[in-house]
Amino acid sequence: MVKVFIYPSNSLILSDLVDRFGHEPLAVMQEIGKKIRTASLDSPPVNITPEDPKIGLKYAAVEVPSGVRGRMSLLGHLLEEAQAAILVREPDISFGCMGCARTNELINFLVRSKKIPRLEMNYPVTEDEAKSFVHKIREFLEGLTTAESGNGGE
Amino acid sequence: MSDDDIIIKMIVLHSTFTLPSDIVIKVYESKADIMVKETCFGLIIEGKRSEVDRVVTEIRKLDPNRIFIKERGVPPGDEYRCRAGRGGGPKPGFHQHELEFALLPYFTEALDEIERGEMPEQKDTTPPRLTINKLKEIIEEEVKQSERGY
Repeated sequence: MVKVFIYPSNSLILSDLVDRFGHEPLAVMQEIGKKIRTASLDSPPVNITPEDPKIGLKYAAVEVPSGVRGRMSLLGHLLEEAQAAILVREPDISFGCMGCARTNELINFLVRSKKIPRLEMNYPVTEDEAKSFVHKIREFLEGLTTAESGNGGE
Repeated sequence: MSDDDIIIKMIVLHSTFTLPSDIVIKVYESKADIMVKETCFGLIIEGKRSEVDRVVTEIRKLDPNRIFIKERGVPPGDEYRCRAGRGGGPKPGFHQHELEFALLPYFTEALDEIERGEMPEQKDTTPPRLTINKLKEIIEEEVKQSERGY
């Protein structure tokens, strides 16, 4: 089983497909869950506490907005664990709930600079694209075991 | 990551054969010690990782290609997320689901193809790039047309 980082990190379909084909998805939901279940003064609705931007300093400089560093405190940990990645290029949804565009750029940059097998695609719009999307993900995930053992890769 | 961790999973259903109530019955049959909330899109279940994973595996067998599952951060009925306590409006994360829900039938078809062992020819869906020569051709064509007085 390989730990696969997914982007957009809250994607249902990416998370499901990675799980379905026998790997472990690394999604932001699990990090949010840990925060919510850990009882403290900063329990929800404050998901991001003043401590988080400090953790985010590991990934972005102090001049970078605290929003980016706060988000990186959640996603950075997942990136470190990632053994492979599936990225969707410029998803429309990253404009809204996914938050800051700069965080998304930084995540994409960090994934690309990490030498792990990765698959990059566009979000499907038509039926043919959606089918091709699933088939490509399946091929990628099935090839991961060999890639991880050093017989393949990107 | 321990088996005793409490986790929450969201089960999204798009099927004309299986209803959320069918899955709820399956969960009760499993006698797992988990909390279940039936929703319009499927279910939200919360419990120990080992129990939730076992139930999820059983649920998936009901209609494997039409049931989609992901982990969720907040528990079912969480007062900060539930619309009942927020005065309506879409709850956080709704827009991502809205976007992907429309595509689920296509994903199901692709999963059916995989199950049948069909491997359709991969089509290159990226639009062709505009090269300099092609751009020159278009400009020349346009200039000719304007000279002809169209």
